[in-house]
Parts: sequence; structure tokens; C-alpha cells
Amino acid sequence: MLDSTEGYTTADGRKIGGVVMEMKNITLRFGGVVAIKDISFDILEGEIRAIIGPNGAGKSSMLNVISGFYVPQEGEVWFRGAPRPQMKPFEVARQGIARTFQNIALFEGMSVLDNVMTGRLTHMKSGLLAQSVWRGKAEAEETANREVAERIIDFLEIQAIRKTPVARLPYGLKKRVELARALAAEPKLLLLDEPMAGMNVEEKEDMSRFILDVNDEFGTTIALIEHDMGVVMDLSDRVVVMDYGKKIGDGTPDEVRNNQDVIDAYLGVSHD
Amino acid sequence: MPEQLIFAMEVTLNGLMAGVLYALVALGFVLIYKASGIFNYAQGVMALFAAMTLVGIMDGQVPFSHLINAIFGAHITHFGWHVPALVAIVLTMAVMVFLAWAVQRFVMRHLVNQEPIILFMATIGLAYFLEGFSDLMWGSEIKTLDVGLPQGLNVWIDEKTYNIFGYGFFIDNLDIVATVIAALLVIALVAFSQYTKEGRAMRAVADDHQAALSVGISLNFIWVMVWSVAGFVALVAGIMWGAKSGVQFSLSLIALKALPVLMLGGFTSIPGAIVGGLIIGVGEKLFDFLIGPLVGGATENWFAYVLALIFLVFRPQGLFGEKIIERV
Repeated sequence: MLDSTEGYTTADGRKIGGVVMEMKNITLRFGGVVAIKDISFDILEGEIRAIIGPNGAGKSSMLNVISGFYVPQEGEVWFRGAPRPQMKPFEVARQGIARTFQNIALFEGMSVLDNVMTGRLTHMKSGLLAQSVWRGKAEAEETANREVAERIIDFLEIQAIRKTPVARLPYGLKKRVELARALAAEPKLLLLDEPMAGMNVEEKEDMSRFILDVNDEFGTTIALIEHDMGVVMDLSDRVVVMDYGKKIGDGTPDEVRNNQDVIDAYLGVSHD
Repeated sequence: MPEQLIFAMEVTLNGLMAGVLYALVALGFVLIYKASGIFNYAQGVMALFAAMTLVGIMDGQVPFSHLINAIFGAHITHFGWHVPALVAIVLTMAVMVFLAWAVQRFVMRHLVNQEPIILFMATIGLAYFLEGFSDLMWGSEIKTLDVGLPQGLNVWIDEKTYNIFGYGFFIDNLDIVATVIAALLVIALVAFSQYTKEGRAMRAVADDHQAALSVGISLNFIWVMVWSVAGFVALVAGIMWGAKSGVQFSLSLIALKALPVLMLGGFTSIPGAIVGGLIIGVGEKLFDFLIGPLVGGATENWFAYVLALIFLVFRPQGLFGEKIIERV
């Protein structure tokens, strides 16, 4: 078992640091339905952490708890060493947690560049008055933010569609633009909700490569949800397995693969 | 120069001026539509409410005086002071910001992620509420509004045109002022929505609530901001129309005139609202001048709507509206 408080070095030589985020005994109910039942796990700085499980296991609910869209009835969310008070999703985003959505939530009417620029909003400080009266400072800020946005657009290889309205793009590219917007925020924690859902093999390979590159190049801590077991095992450093709202496994891909509860949950178990 | 042509020129000029006033109302609609995808049925009533509040404050009227008198048997109507126009305008703006906050707090906040039709119904409710509320607050009698804007015949234009054509054009000073103010307003609004981060956030909120939240935009803040700006535009429109034709219930019906303007210009375009307003203004005045006598006059009442219908058939998104792209 890994000692999660100390950090470790991965097989490919990446340095994994201390705890960025810790979920402590989270329980989330919708009326009588228990979506998440007493789950605890942590996310370490610089790692790729996957949350997997069959349909309806509560994975997306967990991601929504982390990003503030859902408020758990019990338990605490610790972020960077301190318990997080109850927050609205936009406040969570301002803390440095960016996310993508399972069903893509982009600004369809805007160009790719504009979409990515919205990701920079949390980094823009000058007030309305400064922007309208003293343009110089505000313009310098805009330019600096624009540079970051362009760098990420280059990185994700979407230069060719910079000016295209998002509504015109095919599904796979939209997913990539959404990743670009989340990355533009230079997040301390990046949440990806099924980044490869609905993609063909080639697109999945591209997306996997981008996720690994992002983690490698920017040192971004990533928590992701994914259905495709093969992809998850290749990508992630550690895996949380959920089933019916409960945590049934937690560890490296190899540990999880050999966990009997996990095998039962995925392959089913005979009841005779 | 033939007399008919000179008259037509004067009519065109007057049409342009009227068009600016239509555009001013249409602008308020475009703003809210761009920022929240809502067609704000209450925009006209907001203009009425703003104008009534402005008159009330200037005359030192006691708000809710009818209600207070009915309950306590008192007979108070006025504080007995007069507030200078400029101060009253600032105070009215404060009231409009408060209204924006109240709309956000009591209506919008509860309707996040709802269908546009539901939000539209909510604004209809808001319109009727606000209509009754402004009557209750300031009384329903017809008032005159005079904030010191120049009014009446512009002598300079009259003389110049007389020298050139031998016939003096009648152009109202108020229309000229309205044109200048509308132009300034449009420049400010376009700059705001295109070049500030609040403007970008506003466009983001209009597009997708969830995504906007995820990039750190506070929906509540943006909504209060947008409704405040719409309140400001309503105030300007209320001042112009109020000064022109008195502050009374029919002021809220100018919203209906804005509808064809929006269909022409497109619901999402600020320049569209201006061009649409000008086309309708000039169109209806010229039509009434040229064709009106042949069909018994009063064409101004329906011309705009017929023009809008024709546009709906051939260019449903309007002149400047965003083309609706649907990927299947």
C-alpha cells in the first residue's frame, strides 16, 4: 500500500507530492436515494487519480461534490490542508479547481479562442473602471492572458480552429476545447468527467496522450472519471473504485485489478 | 426641387429621429436577451416605472401615499420639496439597481437552468406586477416630465433648410438630443460587452449557466449587473419618451414597437437594434407619407408589424442576428 501522506516517485520518474485534496467521510443523498455513502479518499499533488465504477456508482456525483455543484449532507472536503467551507461552484472555480463535463458544457456561440479566454476570467483582476478609463493596464493584462490561452491552444493542437464558433465543431474537438478552457485557468486541480466518452479509438488515443502530456508538462493534478477500464489502467497513478455509492477499492491499477470486490462488481458474481 | 421631394426629405429625417427612440427601447431587450437568453417582456414597463420614479422624486411625491392615506386616514401627498433633475436621475438609477437586485433575488435565482419559455413567462408576471406596483407607488394619473432637455423647433435647421429649399424643416430639438444620447449609449454598450471581462462573462452566462459557473463566474452578480444596465437603458428611454409624450400607462406599450425592431435587427445584435429602429422609423413615416393618403391613413399603426412579418419569412434571424447552427 502507498503511504499517501508522504508522496512517492512513479515508475516513469515523476515526483508525486503531498495531499492536495482530501474527501473525508462524504455522504450525499437525494431524498431517499443515497448516491455516495461514507467515502474517503485523497488526491496527491501531481498525480492522475481515477474514479471508476459501473453505471450509477456515484462517480459523477463525487466529481460534483468536489467542484461544489452538489453539497454533501455529511463529511468534509479538505483542500490544500484546510477544510473547505460550503461554497458555490463559481467560488470553487476561483480557488483553482477547473472541470469538464460529461455532456460538454461549452459556450456554443463563441469562438474557440473566446471559450478558452473565459477560462482566464479568474486571473483577470482589473476592475470595470480601470478597464474603461485607464485602458493601458487592462490591455496589458488582456495580452498576458491571451498569451497563456494561445499557448494552451498550441499545446492541444487546435490552432487551426481558433476562430471557429464552437457550435460548428465535431464532438471530439469540442471535448478538446473544453479541456483547453479548463487548462487555461491553470488549475491546481483539474477534474475530467468522462473525457473519452463517445470517442472512437483514435480520438481516445489522442485524448489520453493530451492528458498525460498536460500532467507531465504542467505538473497538473488530475482527477478523472472514466468507463474504459483499459484507458484508466494505462493513464492513472491510483484508482478509486465505486459501486452503488460505496468505495470498494483504492490503490494502484495493479492492486485494483486484483481486488476481488472490484472483479465482482465489474463481472458480476454468482449468487448460488 | 419638387415640393413632394422636399417633404419626403423632412419626413425621412423625422423618421430617423423616431427610429432612434425605437432603437433605444429595443436595446434594453437585446441586452437582457444576450445575457440571459430571456425575452424580457417587462422592458416597457421598466421604462414606465423609471419615468414615474423620476417624476415622483423630482416633485417630492411621497411614495405609496395612496396606500398610507387609506390605512392611516392621512392626507399626505408631497414632501414639499423639489429635487434637481440630475440628482433625481441618480436616485432613480439607484432605484433601478435595487429593482435589478430584487428581480435576481426573487425571480431569476429560482429559475436557473430552466427553459427560456419559463423565464419568458416569469417576465410577463414581472411586467404585470411592476405595472401595478408603480401605480401603487406613484399614483396612476398622467404626469409631465421635464428634466430640462431642449424641446420644440430647432431654429438653426429651420433657417438653413429655408435658405436652401425655400422651406423650413421642422425638427424637434428633443429628437436631436435623443439621437446623440442613443449614439453615446450604443458606443458604451458595445465597448462594454466586447472589451471588458464583465462583458465576456455576460456573454458566457447567456450561453451556458453550468459552464459559466465552472469557469468561476457568479451568475447572481452577472444577472444583477445585466438587469441594472437594462434598467439604465429603460431609464433613458423613459426620459426621452416621457418628455415627448408624458408619463402615463401607454408609455409601457412602446415595448410593442420594439418587437418589430428586434425581428428586423436580430435579437442578439446591438447594432441590429439601431439599424432595425432606423429602418422601422423611416419606413413607417415614409410609407404613411407616400401610401397613407391612398389607403385612408393611420398606416403607422401596422406598417412595422407587416415589415417584421416579411422579414420573418425571408430572414428569421434578422439582419444581424446569429445564424442558428444545429448539428445533428
